[in-house]
Amino acid sequence: MSPGSPRWLGPVMLLPAIVYVIGLVGVPFVLSFFYALGDVKVGSVGWHFVGLANFRSVLENPTFRHALSNSFVFTISSQILVLVGANVLALTLKDAFRGRRFLRFLILLPWVAPVSIGSIGWKWILDSLYSVINWVLVRLHLVKPLDVPMWLGQPTLAMISVILVHTWHIMPFATVILLAGWTAIPKDIPEAAAVDGAGYFRTLFQITLPMLLPIVNVALLFGIIFTFTDMTVVYILTRGGPYDTTQVLPSLAFFTGILGSDLAEGAAISLFLVPLLAAVAWLMLRTARRAEVT
Amino acid sequence: MSDGRPAGALERVLKRGILLAFSVALAFPFYWMAITSFKRTTDLYNLKNNPFLFSEPPTLEHLRLLLRETLFLRWFANTCFAGLLVAVITLALAMPAAYALARLTGRWGEQLGIAIFLTYLVPPTLLFIPLSRIVANLGLQDSIWAIVVVYPSFTIPFATWLLMGFFKAIPPELEDAAMVDGLTRFQAFVRMVVPISFSGIVTVVIFAFTLVTQEFVYALTFISSAAHQTVGVGVPIYLVRGDVYYWGSLMAACLIASLPIGILYNLFLDRFIAGFTVGSVK
Repeated sequence: MSPGSPRWLGPVMLLPAIVYVIGLVGVPFVLSFFYALGDVKVGSVGWHFVGLANFRSVLENPTFRHALSNSFVFTISSQILVLVGANVLALTLKDAFRGRRFLRFLILLPWVAPVSIGSIGWKWILDSLYSVINWVLVRLHLVKPLDVPMWLGQPTLAMISVILVHTWHIMPFATVILLAGWTAIPKDIPEAAAVDGAGYFRTLFQITLPMLLPIVNVALLFGIIFTFTDMTVVYILTRGGPYDTTQVLPSLAFFTGILGSDLAEGAAISLFLVPLLAAVAWLMLRTARRAEVT
Repeated sequence: MSDGRPAGALERVLKRGILLAFSVALAFPFYWMAITSFKRTTDLYNLKNNPFLFSEPPTLEHLRLLLRETLFLRWFANTCFAGLLVAVITLALAMPAAYALARLTGRWGEQLGIAIFLTYLVPPTLLFIPLSRIVANLGLQDSIWAIVVVYPSFTIPFATWLLMGFFKAIPPELEDAAMVDGLTRFQAFVRMVVPISFSGIVTVVIFAFTLVTQEFVYALTFISSAAHQTVGVGVPIYLVRGDVYYWGSLMAACLIASLPIGILYNLFLDRFIAGFTVGSVK
């Protein structure tokens, strides 16, 4: 702390930002616990403690149990695809070549374009009648013209579509994060390994990838948060259907709490996001701290 | 690495091939939006036509419909209005906070900086139910002001974190010299530090605009009439009438909403990435 600055100046400059964030993140966060433990509906007055009744009724609901398992299927499978795809893509994109900037722009579009808008683009591509994918499949004689796949109308295919569209959305983000990691690796270390006779894949798997691990962690942790808490892709593509088979926790919380006006059960459903979020935040802190030490 | 060995050439061809395949797969929906926007409706809905080609002459009819007969331009204006205000609120609160964390608060400031960053991880889908009541109590339901007030709750943490890095990179001697010349610490911040952080400020403004364009959940929850929406909800929800999708106009709207934000974001990409990687990359 340098002379000439009064002790109170730092806290005073910080205070407005802290109050704003506490007011609009901290307060609603605490409120959502109160809602989940009470009996609030839209327009209801007062609050009565009902204990774990909301959680009990949510857990007894088969739609909720399906949404809970969908959330994990959705997150795990899309993150595996993202990690593999983004690593391959970063590997091919890391060295300079002509047209690299333009390609990077194209590749980044799915992440930067609003996800609701990208999803509606996919809804047209996966349309039940005019799907371009089905047109190609019919032309290649892989499916019969009168028996085309209903990408968004059949439960398993709809879940696969939701997962793939989300993978499409997140992969560019993971790729640019990994690219930042590649540029940070000193060039001489892999080169020294090559001089010592290590082949391309040996250098890749034993030297470079371990050095990339912290940054892979960052990409993965953000990816998990963005996926586990997302409702946009599901909402636009399927509205949770057919017959609630593609509901995930956030979309079910929206349908129950906002459209269904049952604030208490909606809040209870979204609180099931908290344990995973807390675990990810803890891992993120560990990654950050380890980076500080080295 | 590729030093003329045959393995090097093979590796390069393989890499280019993979890269090409990924680029096509990732950019395809945008190509599809473009081609759909200019096709006649009869061409779009004729299953005998090759969908990759124009079987009938292209048309500007979908674009005309979009700009003249829908609320698209209104949503565009709403988005810009909200983006501007969110940027102003974010800068007004995050700049002093970031400076305090960078210079004035020492060790506990560092801990607090991490705590502020962590609030960025709290998702809208956890908060939207209580916030919908808070917004109603503030009298802001179904108004663009609802999102103007709520969005800074994600932009402030990110901007504070980003600007803190910026301010730390400025040599402290700059303000020390200004203070020897008689300025107070706060005046030195306003007159010396803020002007040379111009590019950091621009980054925050772009971030605020991209966020207002991309956000979906809060805008969908708080705003219930079509005329008050932003592009991100207006296009996918309110361009659909009943169950009828006007695919031509819809895809034109998607393309127009995606490209400018894509170009802007690309220009500032490296700085955003630095914000996300939390010091894991030096």
